[in-house]
Amino acid sequence: MNQNLQDLGDYLKSAIPDAVEAVSQDHDQLVVVCKPDEIAALLTYLRDDSNCLFKVLLDICGVDYPERENRFEVVYHLQSLRLNQRIRVKVECGENDVIPSVSGVFSSANWYERETWDFFGIMFSDHPDLRRLLTDYGFDGHPLRKDFPLTGYVEVRYDEEQKRVVYEPVKLTQAFRSFDFMSPWEGAEYILPGDEKADEAAEGGS
Amino acid sequence: MAVTEIKNLTMNFGPQHPAAHGVLRLVLEMDGEIVERADPHIGLLHRGTEKLIEHKTYLQAVPYFDRLDYVSPMCQEHAFALAVEQLLDIAPPLRGQYIRVLYSEITRILNHLLNISAFALDVGAMTPLLWWFEEREILMEFYERVSGARLHSAYFRPGGVHRDMPVGLAEDIMAFVERFPAMIDDVEHLLTENRIFKQRTVDIGVATAEQAMDWGFSGPMLRGSGVAWDLRKSEPYDVYDKMDFDIPVGKNGDCYDRYLVRLEEMRQSLRIMKQCLEQMPEGPVRSSDPKISPPRRAEMKTSMEALIHHFKLYTEGYHVEPGETYNAVEAPKGEFGVYVVADGSNKPYRCKIRAPGFAFLQATDFLGKGFMLADVVAIVGSMDVVFGEIDR
Repeated sequence: MNQNLQDLGDYLKSAIPDAVEAVSQDHDQLVVVCKPDEIAALLTYLRDDSNCLFKVLLDICGVDYPERENRFEVVYHLQSLRLNQRIRVKVECGENDVIPSVSGVFSSANWYERETWDFFGIMFSDHPDLRRLLTDYGFDGHPLRKDFPLTGYVEVRYDEEQKRVVYEPVKLTQAFRSFDFMSPWEGAEYILPGDEKADEAAEGGS
Repeated sequence: MAVTEIKNLTMNFGPQHPAAHGVLRLVLEMDGEIVERADPHIGLLHRGTEKLIEHKTYLQAVPYFDRLDYVSPMCQEHAFALAVEQLLDIAPPLRGQYIRVLYSEITRILNHLLNISAFALDVGAMTPLLWWFEEREILMEFYERVSGARLHSAYFRPGGVHRDMPVGLAEDIMAFVERFPAMIDDVEHLLTENRIFKQRTVDIGVATAEQAMDWGFSGPMLRGSGVAWDLRKSEPYDVYDKMDFDIPVGKNGDCYDRYLVRLEEMRQSLRIMKQCLEQMPEGPVRSSDPKISPPRRAEMKTSMEALIHHFKLYTEGYHVEPGETYNAVEAPKGEFGVYVVADGSNKPYRCKIRAPGFAFLQATDFLGKGFMLADVVAIVGSMDVVFGEIDR
């Protein structure tokens, strides 16, 4: 526990109670959970307040937790050069929620929000130019969601007859394999091939 | 006389252009030769690194970091190693930390050698590239001797470095440190007071300190604008707190100042390298925890336990307690950060890579507006962008 960060967290909680939902520390890094509608107000406050001065927005990224009610988390990383401190601000949002853009607060947010939209499909309202950024022109889907397969859906190749690049469904010569390393003696949930007969034998015998 | 309507011309710069430093497609809206709007289209080198890392163990993720910014591979491994070490709550042994700092600085020189010389080529000076590429090759030889690979070294691992430096390497690096300042001077004579070079770079692409912070700049781009900020000083990692070095700072925030900052940083890197070589203690170079770092080959021949550890480490890997961390290093280009979310399994749940070049490139419109087409080339050159890290 870092006392300075704890003080800063308590200070934020008392200064803008409307926005801050929770304050915690993880590996000596300050984490603030914010209400989605208040994110622009909170970041403006963090930028301008003399105890914070987080003038650099380093990064915005999404994290996908499909099992949660609000499946996405948008994570903002801020840094104060004057006071040499960092803060992580988190916002939770569902699949159809819209988060206010902070590109009016920090210019650097523009592309980070485009990237988050591209990878996770999280919408940002009032964004000046919410286009896809890193994926292909005309790409379909949001690739960093957990339900998007690693191999994707389409692959490209140059077609000699049509004299252009064509898109085709992915063909795998070997099925995609995902190994889990759970020992069968320590609560693996899958059934080993052949194991299903063990139950039948037990039932037939009794 | 009839009124003629003059339309702006939209021009495609790249994606196959030598001055685009890779696969940048820049859509420029031109009024004559003046740039009205610049819209960079990126993602042509997107390989889905973050998604791939989610499907790999922590150790298997290391080589992906070499392939991000392929001009400065080891600094990026460094960020990932620091993040995983923080999650595992371990620290590498002292000699390992010294080797990491030594090689981080070699990497910095490696990067600046390419950037300055390619930048000079963009604005018309051919010679620095020809001279410095030979030096780069020598530095990559040091990479090869320590890791076996010139570029994709996979040398910094969570828990230290892969193996110790071979005998004689320290002396050779020291000889390089003694000899190299003359090479920097040679190129400085060609460029720093060169009339053409100054005409092409002074007062081009200016960002004030406030603007630089607003656009999320870091590294030489931020220091060129007069902000004395360096993570090696402000959040020292490994043994940087034991090193004595200065942070060069620019004044005007233009392309010329960024060049000067990088040039001086190379000299400071040599100072750090020298101190590393002089202070480096003997001892182990990686963590002795058998659950994290693999056993020695000789040990495996006789010890059953070592063999089991080896097998488990290279198939399953190690499990990391749930938690999340953001760790950054001062990479040659700026702040390179890794945000790792661990869920207790042997694979990262999410690994977000914060590349410095991404923030620079999105400011192309802001920096280039109102300048000539040829100045955009200088601006992109001075930003030091590499598409491996921007597109990821």
